[in-house]
Amino acid sequence: MDAILLQILNGLDKGSAYALIALGLTLIFGTLGVVNFAHGALFMIGAFCAVTLQRILNLSFEFVDETQTDFLGNPLKVKTPYVEAWFGPDIGGSIIDWAVPLAILFAIPIMIGVGYVMERGLIKHFYKRPHADQILVTFGLAIVLQEVVKYFYGANPIQTPAPDTLNGVVNLGAAIGMDIVYPVWRVVYFFFAVLIIGGIFCFLQFTTFGMVVRAGMADRETVGLLGINIDRRFTIMFGIAAAVAGLAGVMYTPINSPNYHMGMDFLVLSFVVVVVGGMGSLPGAVLAGFLLGVLESFASMNEVKSLLPGIDQIIIYVVAIIILLTRPRGLMGRKGVMEE
Amino acid sequence: MFGLDKKDTSKLIIVACLALLAPFILNPFPTDSALAQFNAGYPDLMQRFVIFGIFAIGFNILFGLTGYLSFGHAAFLGVGSYSAVWMFKLIGMNVIPAIVLSVIVAGLFALLIGFVSLRRSGIYFSILTLAFAQMSFNLAYSVLTPITNGETGLQLTLEDPRILGVSATADGSIPVTNLFGLEMRSTFELALGPWAFQFNAGYYLCALIMLAAFYLAIRIFRSPFGMMLRAVKSNQQRMNYTGLNTRPYTLAAFVISGMYAGLAGGLMASMDPLAGAERMQWTASGEVVLMTILGGAGTLIGPVLGAGFIKYFENIFSKINDNVLHTWFSFLPDGMEDAVVFIIHPFIGKGWHLTLGILFMLVVIFLPGGLVEGGQRIKGWLSRRKAKDGGKAAGETNPAE
Repeated sequence: MDAILLQILNGLDKGSAYALIALGLTLIFGTLGVVNFAHGALFMIGAFCAVTLQRILNLSFEFVDETQTDFLGNPLKVKTPYVEAWFGPDIGGSIIDWAVPLAILFAIPIMIGVGYVMERGLIKHFYKRPHADQILVTFGLAIVLQEVVKYFYGANPIQTPAPDTLNGVVNLGAAIGMDIVYPVWRVVYFFFAVLIIGGIFCFLQFTTFGMVVRAGMADRETVGLLGINIDRRFTIMFGIAAAVAGLAGVMYTPINSPNYHMGMDFLVLSFVVVVVGGMGSLPGAVLAGFLLGVLESFASMNEVKSLLPGIDQIIIYVVAIIILLTRPRGLMGRKGVMEE
Repeated sequence: MFGLDKKDTSKLIIVACLALLAPFILNPFPTDSALAQFNAGYPDLMQRFVIFGIFAIGFNILFGLTGYLSFGHAAFLGVGSYSAVWMFKLIGMNVIPAIVLSVIVAGLFALLIGFVSLRRSGIYFSILTLAFAQMSFNLAYSVLTPITNGETGLQLTLEDPRILGVSATADGSIPVTNLFGLEMRSTFELALGPWAFQFNAGYYLCALIMLAAFYLAIRIFRSPFGMMLRAVKSNQQRMNYTGLNTRPYTLAAFVISGMYAGLAGGLMASMDPLAGAERMQWTASGEVVLMTILGGAGTLIGPVLGAGFIKYFENIFSKINDNVLHTWFSFLPDGMEDAVVFIIHPFIGKGWHLTLGILFMLVVIFLPGGLVEGGQRIKGWLSRRKAKDGGKAAGETNPAE
């Protein structure tokens, strides 16, 4: 029982990353009808926003402390980050410690900006072109973004730890008399993902802006005929989708040290997730994200692996193939989306 | 010639000349000159040119003709490599059985994957092929380790049975791949003044096979079957309305292109008898897509050009470093020189992929037809200008009425 609960937790946790990326992909696909292969790169840029902020906060100056000496007997050089000098060691130190959560605030404007520039500068010109061209140009863009990041940050993974207080483990099962020890940050990640997903759905459901966007997703032409500038709203949605991917990346950094090709690794999986959920269906993307996450973690249990060796490596693809062949529109796909 | 019209014959002859004279064409600079690093006429690189040429030609038969964008073609190449190496391990070091087996196995594999994937089209097809390829890649790394040797890659050892050959040569080393005794690695060097040209047996085998593959591709393009595939690309729905089942045609195209990929994989293993799972990764599939698009999808000669282009510049760009740049731009004033080198620096050496990505984006945006379309546009522009000049001259002699 404990093991099963643990695997469900693992799955929900893995699934929340898939769901966030797939949600962004679906937002772009559902609004603009563009297949965005560069979405993984946006995830990666988000992660590197956290890295950048951490580096900025750690910018420090050196001064020579005459009272202390280092092991060679020379006067000790003390490095103090500017932040600590300005706010005092206590507040400054905790600001540095909380770099990753702070990076959320830092990443949102950057990601919206990146998304806006991408849509206006490149993707806008590809609405009328075939889907194959959209895939190809965004694939090229993904390579470029990845290489630019590699140029500035190097090819090695960069450690970005979570704040100390959120770095340990917690016994989630204590309340129900079971023993389920789980890293705190992963729990945080799950709730963060739920929050973002809930936020996006509320935004689309309960605001006028969201209503117009939903109307545009259903029938773009009619909304345009009503005198609403739907293109502008879709551009903003692209920015929001980029921000969702970016935030997923920011929060993922303590789980897995970011490197330049993390986006590509996630991209393939999140495309599979989107297709399983049904192209263009937001609830489908979220559902499929969590579902595949849970399935994946169950498949990696030793009991399952001894029964079907290697199943943990391929379960997601097997599910995708079965779903596509039996329910061609995916779990919750709408009629008439991408059916040419 | 060979049942081709004049235009296609000339294309075949051009490719044949390029392929057979490659050791000369790719070695235009004397060996001891400063520009010798731009020479690409050494066996390893030339083999890669033609092998990836075959791969791209095959991919083009699927993508160029039917418009089905497969993101999993590297799986067939990997399967081909594995089966070729197994042939070397079990039967003997002759390359013919290895290549034949790799083509057959890749074809069967493609039949299986194609049968499932082709039930869907458009983006779904891309994702399905991607899923299958990633699945094979993951399996090759994990459960199939007894067959694929996992991360280490499949290699020849001294204990292999090699029924028709020897397990080890007289001096106790692993025998090398050969074609009825002609060693694939044997190279004849021709020194002409300051130039040194290398003629490699393996390269010429690959080149001849590539020419055969190219000829076959031309015939497929010009056949009724090729017309049918083009019809699928332009409007599959209308084909279905006329009561025609397109599935067998697309499946045939898929299997053929899978066999081309298997052939490329088999040749790759024949030149260097090892096979690793990384050949099946989806980035490898992406590479062949890049080659085909860059050269010109749907054209005959495009994929060959694209493959050569990418492999050449991959090799050359990776070799250039800051010192080389400094010697090039040494004619500029000091500050300018440093600035220019600083600007170019991210794009060379390890930054080759950045250059490739940018180039690829530019091609997709401005030249959807690839290098071939670029050539045609330049040709069209030149002939238009000539026509204009001619028209003007004519206008002068015959004033308008």
